[in-house]
Order: sequence, then structure tokens, then C-alpha cells
Amino acid sequence: MVSELSAFYILLKRDLTLAYRHRSELANPLLFFIIVISLFPLGISPESKHLQTIAPGVIWVAALLAALLSLDNLFRADFEDGTLEQTALSAHSLPLLVFAKVLAHWLVTGLPLIILAPFLGILLFLPQHATPTLVATLTLGTPILSLIGAIGVALTVGLRRGGVLLSLLVLPLYIPVLIFAAGAVNKAATGFEVAGELYLLAALLCLSLTLAPFATAAALRISLS
Amino acid sequence: MWAFLQKHSSPKYFYNLSGYLIPWFGWICLAFMLEGLFFSLFASPPDYQQGESVRIMYVHVPAAWMSLFIYMVMAIAAGIGLIWRIKLAEVIAASSAPIGASFTFLALATGSLWGKPMWGTWWVWDARLTSELILLFLYLGIIALNSAIEDKRTASRASAVLALVGIVNIPIIHYSVEWWNTLHQGSSVTQMITEFKAPTIDISMLIPLLLMAVAFKLFYALVVLMRARGEILERERNTRWVQELVSHQPVK
Repeated sequence: MVSELSAFYILLKRDLTLAYRHRSELANPLLFFIIVISLFPLGISPESKHLQTIAPGVIWVAALLAALLSLDNLFRADFEDGTLEQTALSAHSLPLLVFAKVLAHWLVTGLPLIILAPFLGILLFLPQHATPTLVATLTLGTPILSLIGAIGVALTVGLRRGGVLLSLLVLPLYIPVLIFAAGAVNKAATGFEVAGELYLLAALLCLSLTLAPFATAAALRISLS
Repeated sequence: MWAFLQKHSSPKYFYNLSGYLIPWFGWICLAFMLEGLFFSLFASPPDYQQGESVRIMYVHVPAAWMSLFIYMVMAIAAGIGLIWRIKLAEVIAASSAPIGASFTFLALATGSLWGKPMWGTWWVWDARLTSELILLFLYLGIIALNSAIEDKRTASRASAVLALVGIVNIPIIHYSVEWWNTLHQGSSVTQMITEFKAPTIDISMLIPLLLMAVAFKLFYALVVLMRARGEILERERNTRWVQELVSHQPVK
């Protein structure tokens, strides 16, 4: 019998290995992120002063949608081959195992987004001095997106057409993150202090870290029953 | 106590009890509604600034109150259903969601009609309007999840989790939107409760407003009982008492 912590590491390692074996799939949400952002200059105007004002919002909305798009893979494959059921049946606490899966998912989808974001900021003429804030909000915000999204995926994993439903369930819950994060980047771009927004994002992260795995585990048990 | 609850929350007992209660709720609701409408449309003065259009308030404000109240009722019922597996609580939660969504929509629609003469536009991205809109999305998500899952009891438990996640989120959404943008006037009635001040709304307007609020509450109770009856018949259609009820003869 392995301890809780090593079960956590084993599952994390397994999920990361699986993600590495399907490398090409990982690029898709990132490509989506880049393409959505490059559509805005085409649709609105290539002028820097227009793009500059919408850049924080556009980057954050695109990040939200990219996170949503990648969520479907979180439990789907495991659900279809029965691994998820075995995970739920194991003697270890399900919230902890869920947390391992969400962490692995964030490492392969959220982290690349953070690395890409400064370059996309350049594409949209986001002022240089706002880039650290952009990265900070994404670092605090994308784990929240994964954690809250996991609840939605857990609720819809048993359904055949869960994709559209998932966005209906999850997007309203993402709104506070969007407001604080895009607000912080906007403020930073105009040269204001952003500590308040970052603290609020950090508080949201703490809240979702502590509560979301339990809600996800409860939802998974319902979907598996 | 537990046995009492068990007996009174059984679907069959509830079906009979609600059948007895519905006419009562119906007539009392009608009385309040007529009185409230009379006071709000005829017996109350027009506002010194807003003129006759202030009368929209008597529908708009109670509808907005109901939108949150029903969400609370639904989330509590959903929580009870999730924890103690009481069928009746699941039924109440499932029947409340569409009613709550309707009241939210009513609040948004009347607010829009009121906004046009007052603010000059149908819609503004103001904090309260936006959080009401997000509340509507939350309701629609719960309704969609409820109808997407085939098995009714699984659907109830899944949407119960969603409703509880929503209830944690509602204050967060509310305050985040509040800090984001505010144009809407503050509430005159809650101000009275929270700050122990005389309400900034005149008594001749407060009376019809409270009458309408009571009428809306009774209307919700009426409709939720009617919906719950239908829901119970559908969920319990394979039980003996429902088959006897429907076929009007004893089932062997």
C-alpha cells in the first residue's frame, strides 16, 4: 500500500507521461490561443492605439477559451477506458488524486500559455511595463481556470455531447477571474498600482485550491455512479 | 423527528398535501397581487423625477429579489437532496430552477424597459445588471445540466453540485462586478435594514412594493408546488400509487 503522497506523485507522473506521449495534441489549445489573438487585429484594426486598449481583455478572453477547450481532455480518456473508475475506487482520497490530475493538466496546458503570453502582448502592442503584470495574472489565474473547470468536466464527463454544455456551466464561474486579471493588466498598462487585484486573484486561487478538488471529487462520484 | 420528516417528505404524501394547499396559495396570491397592482398602478403617487415610469419598479424590484431568493431556496433544497437523498428536496430544486430563471429574465426585461426612459439606453454594463445577467447564465446552466442527464436522480445530484458551487461564487461574482463598474442606484430598502435609517423610499411607494413582493413569493410557492406535482408524477411513474392515481383503479 503506497502512501497518499506517493499516490499523488505516481498519478502526476503517469498523467505527465501520457501527455508527453501525445505531444501533438498539446499544441492544439496553444495554436487556438495564438490564432484567436491574431484574429483581433484583422477584425478590428491594425492600428496600435486601438489594439493597445483591448490587448489585456483580448489576451485574457483568449486564455479563458483556450483553457476551456483543453479541459475536455482532463477526464475523458480515463473515463472511456475505465481508469477513472479505478481511481475513484482506490483507497486514497479522491480529492487528492483529482488535484494531481488537475496539476498535471495545468502543467501541460496552462504553463505554456504563460510562456507564450508576453510574445502575444507584443503582437497587440501591450506596453512593455505591463508584461510582468500580464504574466503574474496568468500565473495566478490559469490554475483557477483549471481547478474550476475540473468541476464542470467532472459533471459532464458521462455525457456524449458535453462540450457545449461545459462552456455554459463553466464560463459564468470564470467571470471574477477575468474581471480582476484583465483589470490588473489594464491598470498596469496605464501605470497604476495593481497589488490589490493580484491579492484578490491570489485569494481566489487559495479558495479554489481548497474547495474545487472536493467539489470535483463529489461530481466525479455522481458521474461514475 | 426523523420519522416525521420521512413520512411528510414522501412523494405520495407531498402530492396529496400540495393538492390541498394549491387552491389556498392560489387565492391568497391573487388577493395580494390584485391589491398590490391596484396600489402600484393607481393608488400610489408618480415619482417627482421619474414620473409614471416609476411604476415599473413594482414589478422590477420584487422580481430581482425573487431571482436571488429562489436561487437560495434551490441551493438549500439541492444540498439537502445531495446529503440526505431526500427525493422531495431534489424535486423542489429541479422545479425551482426554471421559475428562478423566469424571474431573473423578468427582472432584466423590466429593468431594460425602465432604463430606456431613465438612462436613455436599453442596456448598460452596470454592476447590478451584469450580475443579474450572470445569475441568469447560472440558472440556464443548471437547467441545461438537469435536462442533459437521462437519469433524473443523477441529474438532480449533478445539478446540486453545480448549484452549490454557484452559491459559493455568487458573492464573489457580485462583488467583483460591483468593483468593476457601478451606475445603478443603491437599494433604498436594504439600506433601511442595514443602517437602521428611515427608508429613502416614501411609505406610499413602500406599501405597494412590499405587497407585490409578498404576492411574488406566494406566486413562486404556488408554481413550485404545481411543477413539483408534475415532476413527482413523472419520477414516480413506475410506483403503484401513481399508476392507481392515473388509471383510477387499483393496480394488482
